Amino acid sequence: MSEEVKAPKKEKIPRQKMPEQPANERRRNFEEVPYGYTPELAMKEAERCIQCKDPRCKQGCPVEIDIPGFIKHIKEGEFEAAIRNLWEKNSLPAVCGRVCPQEVQCEGLCILGKKDEPVAIGNLERFAADYQREHGKQILPPKADPTGKKVAVVGAGPAGLTVAGDLLLKGHDVHIFEALHGPGGVLLYGIPEFRLPKAIVFQECNFLERMGATIEVNAVIGRSETVDELLERFDAVFLGVGAGLPVFLKIPGEHYIGVYSANEYLTRSNLMKAYEFPVYDTPIVKGKSVATFGGGNVAMDCARTALRLGADHSYIIYRRSMAELPARTAEVHHAEEEGVEFLLLNNPTRFLGDDATGRLTGVEVLKMELGEPDASGRRRPVPIKGSEYTVEIDTAVIAIGSGSNPLLTKSTPGLALNKWGYIVADPKTGKTMKPRVWAGGDIVTGSATVILAMGAGRLASNSIHDYLTYGW
Amino acid sequence: MFEIVERQEMAQGTIISNWIKAPKIAAKAKPGQFVILRANEKGERIPLTMADTDPAKGLINIIYMVVGKSTALFKTLQVGQGYIDVIGPLGQPTHLEKVGKVICVGGGTGIAVLHPITRGLKQIGNFVYSVIGARSKDLLILEDKMKAASDEMMICTDDGTYGHKGFVTDKLKETLEKDKDIKLAVCIGPVPMMKFCCKVTKEFGVKTLVSLNPIMVDGTGMCGCCRVKVEGKMQFACVDGPEFEGHEVDWDELDLRLRSYMVEEKVSYDQFKECHGGGKCSCCS
Ligand SMILES: Cc1cc2nc3c(=O)[nH]c(=O)nc-3n(C[C@H](O)[C@H](O)[C@H](O)COP(=O)(O)OP(=O)(O)OC[C@H]3O[C@@H](n4cnc5c(N)ncnc54)[C@H](O)[C@@H]3O)c2cc1C
Ligand SMILES: Cc1cc2nc3c(=O)[nH]c(=O)nc-3n(C[C@H](O)[C@H](O)[C@H](O)COP(=O)(O)OP(=O)(O)OC[C@H]3O[C@@H](n4cnc5c(N)ncnc54)[C@H](O)[C@@H]3O)c2cc1C
Ligand code: SF4
Ligand code: SF4
Ligand code: FES
Repeated sequence: MSEEVKAPKKEKIPRQKMPEQPANERRRNFEEVPYGYTPELAMKEAERCIQCKDPRCKQGCPVEIDIPGFIKHIKEGEFEAAIRNLWEKNSLPAVCGRVCPQEVQCEGLCILGKKDEPVAIGNLERFAADYQREHGKQILPPKADPTGKKVAVVGAGPAGLTVAGDLLLKGHDVHIFEALHGPGGVLLYGIPEFRLPKAIVFQECNFLERMGATIEVNAVIGRSETVDELLERFDAVFLGVGAGLPVFLKIPGEHYIGVYSANEYLTRSNLMKAYEFPVYDTPIVKGKSVATFGGGNVAMDCARTALRLGADHSYIIYRRSMAELPARTAEVHHAEEEGVEFLLLNNPTRFLGDDATGRLTGVEVLKMELGEPDASGRRRPVPIKGSEYTVEIDTAVIAIGSGSNPLLTKSTPGLALNKWGYIVADPKTGKTMKPRVWAGGDIVTGSATVILAMGAGRLASNSIHDYLTYGW
Repeated sequence: MFEIVERQEMAQGTIISNWIKAPKIAAKAKPGQFVILRANEKGERIPLTMADTDPAKGLINIIYMVVGKSTALFKTLQVGQGYIDVIGPLGQPTHLEKVGKVICVGGGTGIAVLHPITRGLKQIGNFVYSVIGARSKDLLILEDKMKAASDEMMICTDDGTYGHKGFVTDKLKETLEKDKDIKLAVCIGPVPMMKFCCKVTKEFGVKTLVSLNPIMVDGTGMCGCCRVKVEGKMQFACVDGPEFEGHEVDWDELDLRLRSYMVEEKVSYDQFKECHGGGKCSCCS
């Protein structure tokens, strides 16, 4: 705080906006929305940081990035030093800079936010990573001497990729098993191209391969091989299989053609590139009137994808009000700008369809009002009797959360699961109840965030390294 | 790449058999399980049942009917070429059990899916009746293999060019009337065929297994695309199935959902036929 007082009076720099594609153009294409900072804009934004001695922002970052440190490098134009600083704590800065919910993490605590707008920490992190990718040398961090120990990582999402990166640096042999035909987890199949270009995900995975990791795709552990079989070939196994189970509304009519789970809708569009159909072979129903149910990041991604696939109307149907939307503020804002229509305090009761063709024609919804606060402190939505009405739609996307996929856990004796089917693991070490097996990310916590999955990966890799060095 | 080491055209080129090098899958696969294949970077993920395996040589066998763009593209793949992705084994294996007498009914390419199950049922000591059918003699596949796997085999063709003239359901009914000791029926083929077979077996109170083929994407229970209604409950065919108790399946719902992409499939296939002709242009590789 003292610096603030002592600093010579100078013109206050406003938070630098990231240039982005105009809303009316981008709503019809899949290119990334913000273009990123130029070096000039980044340096100007970096100048806003007052370099707190006891930085609050850092407490808001789950992996404790040295935020004033890397920002100072940017301010001074030392971009390579900035990325090296970031890499010490975060192996996926290009991803986190784009998708972290900064407003409730690092930026939410930035001291400038008290009176003014916080430093754009996420944008700066993204800039440093992008600059390195586009201009930097293909530098590889130094690796410890080979230890001869072998680790299997199951699932190539943020949790698994973090574990792999850390253990490679410590000299261990790492083999990643991924069920889909490409690595990245949700970063590849879930988060759309316009928010996280897939080239970045490929680059990060490619970096791990250059570091010496083996990435085996098309390997569905639990089917192609069991965890017990992996334990015969590897010294340790990390499970980072995510929360890949679709949740349906369980209301009548969910079988109609045009009703998708968010997982299916996004997988078709992102992983299978159905938005380029018929150049790519996988089709998707390109609805004219699309309703997405839910209010999180996943729902925003679906509603914005629907616009890009050509919808005239893309609705978000959510049973609470705007204030309770769990999605990142930036995404809600982008969705509004692009013309997503929010039907708030509405709850679906049944889907309507044409029984001859099997196609969806509408959804019946019930209006809600806010009642008393519930256990989470949010005001509970209560239905208004007799307020049902019909919204005409031809496509519905259900984005109300996801559950634990039992494919791997059911085939692995000795793992303890909680009542929702997530793996029980020590929050400090990631150790499961099964010897030599660690777990982390969404399969332990339920769907959370990229950076929390990476944080869990970091803890687990430290614990695995300790085990490989000193024993269980 | 997963290389094709042997390729055969059957049923006048409408059905293709591939033996593919996939040692890990071959070592694990059990009757009733399937794989998902992709021909190239732009390709769709297509589920196909393993018709056979040769673990010693590390090979799996798929037999598919050419019905649309992706299977037509598969057909262009020759020995020495291959698939960029083969994922498996997926799905639950058939629960093979010695029950005494069984009847196995297969139609069209369903016979390819039925064969390993029939063979398994016979190997563990069941008496096996089988009924196989096709539209016409030229389109009937795997006659010899099915014969070897059965104690008594009947053949049906819609046009009467071979065996009994009529549907497999006729012979199914006849056999169930004749032999009251049959404890289990396994019926695999097009949806209408399975649906009518189940009607027949239900009359006789014979437990019936069917293998469902809803549209799939990942095959690991992640997307929910393959949901089917069985006993009024939502099930995912890729992880809970693909085999289910046939009397409990909501056939009409399955039939409708299989038509989800009829318009798009036609666009895709027409475009393929136009630019491919012989099937060797670069737009698909
Ligand atoms: C559409 C969408 C948008 C999101 N937006 C944001 C956002 O803006 N910001 C944010 O912070 N978070 C966001 N999230 C959440 C975030 O992506 C997840 O919390 C994070 O990816 C979890 O990482 P993970 O490594 O635990 O699992 P995942 O990313 O789910 O990766 C798990 C991997 O394991 C593989 N796998 C599963 N089973 C097996 C098996 N049996 N064998 C082998 N491999 C297997 C899967 O195919 C997958 O690749 C979003 C999620 C979704 C779905
Ligand atoms: C578990 C399982 C096992 C199967 N085993 C066999 C087999 O052994 N031999 C065989 O010939 N066929 C099998 N099928 C069906 C086969 O997958 C489809 O014929 C194939 O996907 C058609 O693709 P296409 O692009 O050539 O045709 P399209 O023109 O795309 O479609 C023709 C029809 O095939 C179905 N279909 C389309 N896409 C898919 C998809 N991704 N998944 C499933 N069905 C789809 C639809 O009903 C569609 O109307 C199986 C299906 C499943 C689910
Ligand atoms: S990783 Fe996320 S929370 Fe941490 S500094 Fe970067 S954007 Fe903020
Ligand atoms: S980002 Fe904000 S809280 Fe962090 S050091 Fe800079 S001014 Fe202080
Ligand atoms: S194919 Fe995706 S859940 Fe079965």
